[in-house]
Amino acid sequence: MSTQLLLDGVNRSFDGFKAINDLSLTVEKGELRAIIGPNGAGKTTMMDIITGKTRPDTGRVLWNQSVDLTRTDEAGSARLGIGRKFQKPTVFETQTVEDNIALALKEDRSVWATLFYRRSAEDTKRIGELLELVKLSHVADWMAGDLSHGQKQWLEIGMLMAQDPELLLVDEPAAGMTDAETMRTAELLRQIAGKHTVIVVEHDMDFVRALGCRVTVLHQGHVLAEGSLDHVSSNEQVIEVYLGR
Amino acid sequence: MLSLIDRRMGIFLAGLFLLTVAVPAGNLVLAGQPVPSYIVALLGKYLCYALLAVALDLVWGYCGILSLGHGAFFALGGYAMGMHLMREIGARGVYANPDLPDFMVFLGWQELPWFWHGFDMFGFALLMVLLVPGALAFVFGWFAFRSRVTGVYLSIITQAMTYALMLAFFRNEMGFGGNNGLTDFKDVLGFNLQADSTRAGLFVLSAIALAAGLLVAKAITSSKLGKVLIAIRDAESRTRFIGYRVEEYKLFVFVVSAMMAGVAGALYVPQVGIINPGEFSPANSIGIVIWVALGGRGTLVGAALGAILVSIAQTLFTSWFPELWLFALGGLFVFVTIFLPQGVLGLIESRFARRRKPAAAKEASA
Repeated sequence: MSTQLLLDGVNRSFDGFKAINDLSLTVEKGELRAIIGPNGAGKTTMMDIITGKTRPDTGRVLWNQSVDLTRTDEAGSARLGIGRKFQKPTVFETQTVEDNIALALKEDRSVWATLFYRRSAEDTKRIGELLELVKLSHVADWMAGDLSHGQKQWLEIGMLMAQDPELLLVDEPAAGMTDAETMRTAELLRQIAGKHTVIVVEHDMDFVRALGCRVTVLHQGHVLAEGSLDHVSSNEQVIEVYLGR
Repeated sequence: MLSLIDRRMGIFLAGLFLLTVAVPAGNLVLAGQPVPSYIVALLGKYLCYALLAVALDLVWGYCGILSLGHGAFFALGGYAMGMHLMREIGARGVYANPDLPDFMVFLGWQELPWFWHGFDMFGFALLMVLLVPGALAFVFGWFAFRSRVTGVYLSIITQAMTYALMLAFFRNEMGFGGNNGLTDFKDVLGFNLQADSTRAGLFVLSAIALAAGLLVAKAITSSKLGKVLIAIRDAESRTRFIGYRVEEYKLFVFVVSAMMAGVAGALYVPQVGIINPGEFSPANSIGIVIWVALGGRGTLVGAALGAILVSIAQTLFTSWFPELWLFALGGLFVFVTIFLPQGVLGLIESRFARRRKPAAAKEASA
């Protein structure tokens, strides 16, 4: 296996507060990785750095062992093949579910290409498949704003898949979901991994257990422990951080 | 092309077509002149406003860019046309100078400033009508959108832009006639601007420009690019994260809109016979926003309708109770914002939908 993403000695502070403190992390291609950590551990900032929303003060962020991610913007990282799902589901509420997927479909993103774009039969087929995958075919012509919270989460995952990214960054996908939806989401992410690299940030321990993958514990912008869920949850420091002893 | 004309657009264009036939016919052909000449000029002016409103709706209604400076693009288009009309006066001015417009002779200038060259050619002037507003929008948008200035901050700097231009154009040294602006036009392409036939021709051209503007805007908004614009309006950062360079899309639509506003200004000036720095006034730009909000934001046709309705109301009101107009406009704006969030067009359409629905329900039960 080769390395998909490498963070090496990354630092980032906001007004003196060190949100990311000498963070080093390696994720292999096709891996499913869960990142856990208490509030303020730097999870979101880490995602912002990977997607080019925030620039690190120091340190290296390498994509596919070659591309420097500290020089890209959000659109640039998306074009490289990094897809991001927000914690709060953000879909295009005043457009149909189908259009939401169509907008995310991997195509030329330039202004002219988009202006003169005509949907091909192939694209239509792909949109149909994606709607099937996220079980939204029956509401394809609904406004995305009319979907339930869980459906919006799924639509957003569908949009991520439409981008056909190499790496998916998924921020708390189970937040606000019912238990059944949570388990289905875990199953979907396990399916996706292998073909794609997936990094999941999560609070819900049942969900992380259902993912059954390698876990990284973040604390104060630094990696505290890494390994299987059982391994890290027996770690003294992790228990201390989580239970506040 | 035909696919662009939905029900809403079809009805509006049909109405516009009837007006375009009826008004010149009533003015030039029918006996007794049922449509007086001043009405032709007045209606032509409204159509220019309608095109300006469509231009603003394109950026505001679809992409969420609330420009409070769109009057500047309108005025620049108007000045470009006004400069041509000034050059066409030639030696017929008060000072009979074949090259210099009257105000330059009055200021004691010896030769034409460099930026006035070329405007003697109609084609060059037309090009400038598009290029000058387009270039300003490009430069302004390049910096603003790249620096991710959005929301209220963007609105404020667009307002500052038009205010700064107003102050600049007020200065005599700028070379655009200062306070008085450009006026006393004689003819355009050899047609006397005072003649009824010329006025009718300008009216028809304004109607064609409005129809074309509506169709261009409709083509843009119904393309995939239009969906990206709406995506930017509703969830800008989401749009970035799926790989669209938001600033490029904003820049594109802002420039197209500015050019459309420029065309509206260029058609406006020969019909009202003057362009002065007052057209840059921030209040004008806010007026455009009110037209669009009243008519129905994000509908194009609604914007055009709003501009026409408010302008008619303004004309009537200012002749009946001149001092009350601004209060009435303000009241109307508050009323529409609170009670008609979809604007006048939304009200009309929901009325029709309600009337049709019970009928359909009855049929179903029968």
